[in-house]
Amino acid sequence: MSGYVGVAIFAGLILAFGVVSLGAAALLRPFRPNAAKLGNYECGTEPIGSAWVQFPVGFYLVALMFIVFDTLAVFLIPWALVLRSLGPGGFWAMALFVGIIGLGWAYAYREGILEWK
Amino acid sequence: MTTALAVRDFVAAFVLLNAVIAVVTYVTLLERKFAARMQSRIGPYRVGPHGLLQPIADALKLMMKEDVVPATSDRWVFNLAPLVFLIPCVLIFATIPFAPGLGLADLNIGVLFFLAVSALEIVGLFMAGWGSNNKYALLSAMRAVNQIISYDLPFIFAALIPVVLGGTLRLGGIVEAQRGLWFVAYPLLGQLGFLAYLVAMIAAENRVPFDILEAESELVAGFRVEYSGMKFALIQLAEYAHVIGTSYLGALLFLGGWLGPGPAWLGLIWLSLKALAVFLLVTWVRWSFVRIRVDQILGISWKLLLPATLSLLLVAAAVVAYSGGARGA
Repeated sequence: MSGYVGVAIFAGLILAFGVVSLGAAALLRPFRPNAAKLGNYECGTEPIGSAWVQFPVGFYLVALMFIVFDTLAVFLIPWALVLRSLGPGGFWAMALFVGIIGLGWAYAYREGILEWK
Repeated sequence: MTTALAVRDFVAAFVLLNAVIAVVTYVTLLERKFAARMQSRIGPYRVGPHGLLQPIADALKLMMKEDVVPATSDRWVFNLAPLVFLIPCVLIFATIPFAPGLGLADLNIGVLFFLAVSALEIVGLFMAGWGSNNKYALLSAMRAVNQIISYDLPFIFAALIPVVLGGTLRLGGIVEAQRGLWFVAYPLLGQLGFLAYLVAMIAAENRVPFDILEAESELVAGFRVEYSGMKFALIQLAEYAHVIGTSYLGALLFLGGWLGPGPAWLGLIWLSLKALAVFLLVTWVRWSFVRIRVDQILGISWKLLLPATLSLLLVAAAVVAYSGGARGA
């Protein structure tokens, strides 16, 4: 597990670098806010309303597809490691699994989920 | 003993972080010079000989700039986003071996670690887009999420092809498995896999022609439109670090990593040259193609790249399962 100590230290150092550079910049830079400067940037016009609005459901369908295939990836990774010792049997088991998910993909394709409207 | 190890890790992490920052800073200059040459310009030239001090001048300038936080933004989210974005983008370098034994930690789950951490960048990116309370930024962030969930899959499957062929997730082991034949030279499988990796990589990096979330002509600069000063600098740094890290991964997975003619100590140079070649290829694409539409981007991923990479992965698996190894070993 010794490798992960280094990774954790590295993550800490990156955070420290970010904090220190932001802190140094805070000491050096000017601070002269005014109302126009603090407004949201919309190419010069006054923003109307908040940007926090609802989004169409199409995003969720794509996200569902993503979860299915991401789960497939979770199964694929350990399988890829032991494939050599599993031999053809292991290959066909996974090919069947991918085939079943592929059927789901074909259904989604036919239903038009993969089209962006 | 543990203290000595921790000190060694600390020194290694410190050196790596500085190396990453130095390389990334100068890669921005390289890209600007490269882009300028492609457009018959000279590029940065005034600061230092041939503009060599330009990145330092840029960093100093951004540090001295006023930091504007929009009054209507979600302050905490807005201010934390650059840090949340920076950490995964630089952390991917932790598991990259630059030569045999030269690297912070050649983890036995190296590829998995890289893929997982690299996908985390979207959290910071979405925080930036949402926290700004700006319509351009939010649209950009939504597009970014849509793009990452579409292109992360081909990226994972393409990166798994060398894993299947090499039989290990350890990046050092994958390089050693290519000693006879680089995976990119593997008949048909290697070239198609590498091509899929490149396309998915460009999309995952949100670069032209997949840069709909930046889209300077419609979304101005997308999720970073409200950022200024050092926060903007950190976001830029993180983005370039991510591109360089993914170029290194491509060189390790497909281009034989540090393998090359000459003595072993040349390994670092070979690997860096290969990563640079991948990076320049991506940059070349960036300055040659036009941006494509959202629906086209989704179509390419879900209808072409995803089934293609999965099929390639299965073909690679069949080769391994029936021959007992990529090289019949």
